[in-house]
Amino acid sequence: MTNTNDIDNIYTDLIMEHSSNSPYMRNLDLPTCSLHGHNPNCGDDITLNLKIENNKIVDAAFVGHGCAISQSSTSIMIETLIGKTIDEAKEIVDIFINMIERKKLTPAQKKKLGNSVAFENISNMPARVKCALLSWRTLQNMLEEK
Amino acid sequence: MKTNLQIKEDFEILKNNNFAYLDTGATSQHPKSVLKAVHNYYTKYNANPYRGSYSLSVNATELYNNARHKVAQLINAKYDEEIIFTKNATESLNLIAYSYCLNNLTKNDEIVVSIMEHHSTIVPMQMVSKKTGAKLKYIYLNNDFQLDPNEIKQKITKNTKIVAISSASNVLGTLNDVQSIISYAHKMGAKVIVDISQSIAHIPFDVTKTDADFVVFSSHKMFGPMGVGVLYGKKEILECMPPFLMGGDMIEYVYEQDTTYAPLPNKFEAGTQNAGGVIGLGAAIDYINEIGYSNIIKIEKELTKYALAQLKKLKFVTLYCTSDAEKHSSVISFNINGVHPHDVASILDKHNVYIRSGNHCAQPLLRYLGIDSTCRVSLSIYNTKEDIDKLILALKKVYEIFKKYIKV
Repeated sequence: MTNTNDIDNIYTDLIMEHSSNSPYMRNLDLPTCSLHGHNPNCGDDITLNLKIENNKIVDAAFVGHGCAISQSSTSIMIETLIGKTIDEAKEIVDIFINMIERKKLTPAQKKKLGNSVAFENISNMPARVKCALLSWRTLQNMLEEK
Repeated sequence: MKTNLQIKEDFEILKNNNFAYLDTGATSQHPKSVLKAVHNYYTKYNANPYRGSYSLSVNATELYNNARHKVAQLINAKYDEEIIFTKNATESLNLIAYSYCLNNLTKNDEIVVSIMEHHSTIVPMQMVSKKTGAKLKYIYLNNDFQLDPNEIKQKITKNTKIVAISSASNVLGTLNDVQSIISYAHKMGAKVIVDISQSIAHIPFDVTKTDADFVVFSSHKMFGPMGVGVLYGKKEILECMPPFLMGGDMIEYVYEQDTTYAPLPNKFEAGTQNAGGVIGLGAAIDYINEIGYSNIIKIEKELTKYALAQLKKLKFVTLYCTSDAEKHSSVISFNINGVHPHDVASILDKHNVYIRSGNHCAQPLLRYLGIDSTCRVSLSIYNTKEDIDKLILALKKVYEIFKKYIKV
């Protein structure tokens, strides 16, 4: 059984708002890179579009469908990363993945995650970890090529 | 006749825990008698069947083949050697694909499957289609989630060499009219594979009466252990098929460059088998016989009727099942409109209600229906009305959490 608190900490207003009414769920004009992410078992499916100028993420958006966790995680990730340099983004992606893998974070690291820290308790719901990680893994693959 | 409440007492995992287990379609729970039979085997009789000439191995062989006899009786096979033990229904289907289909189909032939088949049928048949050039065709549904009888007659033709059909859909719960499909396919000269994985724990199947050519199922969906599957094939067909896996105990003589094979069933049982699991399956069959199919059907019909009635009261739920109760098993797929099934399942988990969510290894069916995934409840003889009440209450909680965010 999943702990009641974990559920309450996951299906929060912040996460539900981002999953149902994301400002980043839209088409992006002339993205500089685009990548598709998919969880075959659950059907979560996202396409991440980024506009990178002078080594900086100046805009980002996504389209796709899936559960509240995959959709909100994607939306909040974009919110966290717009305006960041590639190196900063790579660091934040690593911190997020470490958090999901239950590694101890410093307060400074947590601060860098911004609203994405809302997914901290997903590590206690192993069945949903892949939902929360989908967009982050997709972005990680994208940035590795940069 | 045992009631479902009495039956539940036989399942320690259910008796000792306070959850509603509604995922028998994925795997069933095990009665004490099955666990005891496996324990008994390993504590009193364990030796490698067929290998030793000492009494322990001889006894193990006898127990192993007794279980084969029980399987043969359960599905009314004429000969025990028509029953081949595999590791699951998937392996049984692969055995048919590799050994029968690859050797009997060519590029002008056709394979017909239904759109409600599990990936375990579709993927091996795609392999056969790609390797032989035979065309893979699908029987689609009518608007009441049943196989369309016109489709059956249209798709199965004189060119059809193999038809693969499940007796019950693992997503929709539709019970297919296997008998008429077999009769029609035989008229067209095709062989028929019937996947009874989703029905054997719920309704009887008679291979002789239906005249099915191949039948597959898994032990773990019928109260037996995981790791054991069954392939039934007509003796005259199995005898003409080459072995699927090569190795120990499937041979007669082995020379440096050549081998002759053992007769049925050993020809298809290479290597040491899961004897403990097979003996557990034998005990599971005893359990099914003890409860009796007529009682199983009675209990499950009542539960399904109750579950459907309760679900229909929830205005925020969409059901994906036929309106004909006579053609519906105890599997119910549904969605809470606007809420992803994974979110539903996670919140139900919090309320100790265990359901399946996702595409149920049937992506072509869901794509055909135009949905990504569903929530699925699958009921068995150990479920109770209380389990269903818990489900309904938990679904209302899910809706409470999501309602202000659901986009209409």
